[in-house]
Amino acid sequence: MTLEAFLQYLIFIAVVSALVRPVGAYMADVFQRKTTFLDRVLVPLEGISYKICGIDGEQQMKWSEYFFGFLWVTVWGTLLLFGVLSLQVFLPWFFAKYMTTPMTFDLALNTAISFSTTTTWQAYGGETTMGYASQLVALVSGSFLGGAAGLAVGVAFIRGFANSRDDNLGNFYVDFFRALYWILLPLSLIGGIFLISQGTIMNFESYTQAVGLEGHPQALAQGPAAALEIIKNLGTNGGGFFNVNGAHPYANPSALTNFVGMLAIAVLPAAFTYTFGAMTNRRRDGWALYVVMVIFFVAQIACCHYFESHGNPMINHATHLTDRGNFEGKEVRFGVPQSVLTAMTTSNTSTGSYNSMHDSYTPLGGMVALINMLVGQFVFGGLGGGLYCIVFWVLFTMFVVGLMVGRTPEYLGEKIGPNEVKLVALYTLVTPLTVLILSAIAISTKDGLAGLTTNIGPHGASSILYAYASCCATNGQNFAGLSANSPFYNFSTVLAMIAGRIGLALPAVALAGRLALQPTRASTPGTMPSDTPTFVLVLISTILIIGGLSYFPILIIGPVMEHYLMHGGQLF
Amino acid sequence: MSDEKKSMIKQALTGLRATLLLTVITGVLFPAILYAAGQALFPEQANGSLIRRADGTVIGSKLIGQSFADPKYFHPRPSAAGSGYAGESSSGTNLGPTTGKLINGDKDFSGIKQLALQYRQENGLADDVALPEDALTRSGSGLDPHISPINAALQSARVVKTRHLDAGVVAQLVAQHTEPRELGVFGEPRVNVLLLNIALDQVHEEKP
Repeated sequence: MTLEAFLQYLIFIAVVSALVRPVGAYMADVFQRKTTFLDRVLVPLEGISYKICGIDGEQQMKWSEYFFGFLWVTVWGTLLLFGVLSLQVFLPWFFAKYMTTPMTFDLALNTAISFSTTTTWQAYGGETTMGYASQLVALVSGSFLGGAAGLAVGVAFIRGFANSRDDNLGNFYVDFFRALYWILLPLSLIGGIFLISQGTIMNFESYTQAVGLEGHPQALAQGPAAALEIIKNLGTNGGGFFNVNGAHPYANPSALTNFVGMLAIAVLPAAFTYTFGAMTNRRRDGWALYVVMVIFFVAQIACCHYFESHGNPMINHATHLTDRGNFEGKEVRFGVPQSVLTAMTTSNTSTGSYNSMHDSYTPLGGMVALINMLVGQFVFGGLGGGLYCIVFWVLFTMFVVGLMVGRTPEYLGEKIGPNEVKLVALYTLVTPLTVLILSAIAISTKDGLAGLTTNIGPHGASSILYAYASCCATNGQNFAGLSANSPFYNFSTVLAMIAGRIGLALPAVALAGRLALQPTRASTPGTMPSDTPTFVLVLISTILIIGGLSYFPILIIGPVMEHYLMHGGQLF
Repeated sequence: MSDEKKSMIKQALTGLRATLLLTVITGVLFPAILYAAGQALFPEQANGSLIRRADGTVIGSKLIGQSFADPKYFHPRPSAAGSGYAGESSSGTNLGPTTGKLINGDKDFSGIKQLALQYRQENGLADDVALPEDALTRSGSGLDPHISPINAALQSARVVKTRHLDAGVVAQLVAQHTEPRELGVFGEPRVNVLLLNIALDQVHEEKP
């Protein structure tokens, strides 16, 4: 690894780590309704909002009520998005001449569900499909609401561990509004203005007609891109304004905007581990989770960087090259390091924005991103979702450890009895079942295989697996060579998104409800401590063994086979 | 109607009102404020960093690459956006590493081998000269405005010869248009092709 690459990765991890504590403490204050420096402006605004919506801010909710609040916001959000998208031709700033992809029923449904579940899987190209009104009223607002709703569920999950004999998980609407007013909106405003200062566009002009130096006409897509480009990262959504997402120079004009974008993704979920520690009053346990995240992150970056910087042997043999790695689908201003940093950050956080084409990555470089999504994105993770994912891994680990020593497992003073373990098992099964079954159907049907218009062979298998892994992880990244705008993929990916969003949030909130009712027990000499290096090691091993084994066979058929064929000079 | 049903309906309506209110705030009000701030503080960037001729017509954008084929200009990377640098439809090739098309090309697509051959011929480079990766691969966006400094250096001799300019003048222009890593660390050093070519034309016109 070159010194420049190493420094870029190191600075990123250092900045995120430095922000964990201040940002995490701030989030804990926001959700516990303690005083913050923004209260003078926001508290009155909050009060007015509750009055308009008929929300009683003091009302406490049990887990099922909380979950229904989350569900209703998701359902209404989906319907609203679907309505706006379907009617977009009648809305202002719709330039029919450039909109070459028609908004079909299945595409509108897919996009609506995709944004309200924070998947933001995009079966379309932004500048050839969406009018500016759709981009803002449907996609920007969908990204804000989806991100905030996810964060709220995460907060309820934490309360499950914090409460003792009290099954109130807070008020969904209060957490939801506070996530927006205190966290996402102010940060988006500052970040959005920064993006514009660096060159991200924010206008309502029609596409600019340019005549180049050699006299060729060129139409330049315009639009209010900065609004979506900031919240796509902050809200861990990932749906970009343009077809190529963060690779477009109007969306992500420099390595600096890219770096700031990656911080916008990682800092909130990383700091949420501190919020967890602060709200449960077990700060060391929160840090232990963060340490596990960083160890995985470093390993992933090292692997992906290795394969991308060594490039494709077949290209390297085709002609004499300068040996700077795999550049197909990458931008010069980012190079390999910023591309790898972005691929690893976004595949880990259910964000799914990208600045280089993952389809053109080396087989094993791309496989790292794929594995990140398959094991549930616990490294930082989505807003809210990342925390409950890693805690579910902890509970699973405690269960395994408990079996080995013959004791009922405990975590943070909560007993993990048979019913809790059933919820953990249910949670653990959702992703493998959804992803593997849907991939198997796609690989064995004509409609599924019809999507393989760009790449075939083992790479084709990888792109199908990637699609469902991404949708179930509510990530939205893709191997873009898959032609996914067909009824088959539009409907089947929707199933994966719903399973990945609702199917994982339900056991999380239900578990929180059960744990909240339990008294918090003092630890005994027999308790497995959850803030020690030993625990960190056991957790890492469990994730590697269980996460790795679930998908081993299909990874062999896809990326691993392609890797060996590539080195053997086999082309498709 | 039972109480349970009533409370269910009430819950649903609360959710609807919250969704509508927040859609207006985040989907209308937030973009409006951001738009106003952008136009007031950074109007040039917000409107696409456009470059205009003296008569006001647009040449292109600082941030978006465009096609060049004439040997007197520096050439950008190959592009997969439309028929090349189509600013209204960004795209990469999305070709996987083991596709034959990527390496060998097909009837209307140049693979790496053809691109390498063409690059060597255009610039009079022998087989043992190492070519920069960015000259033979298509970018993610298809609109990459940059090439690597090595790529620019290898094209310089051709530009000097076609324009009958002094090699030192061209080398100086390339150096002036080479952007360093951001803050000294982030990203890669790079040359903006359109800005360099515009500067080249200006120098050329000044000479009799």
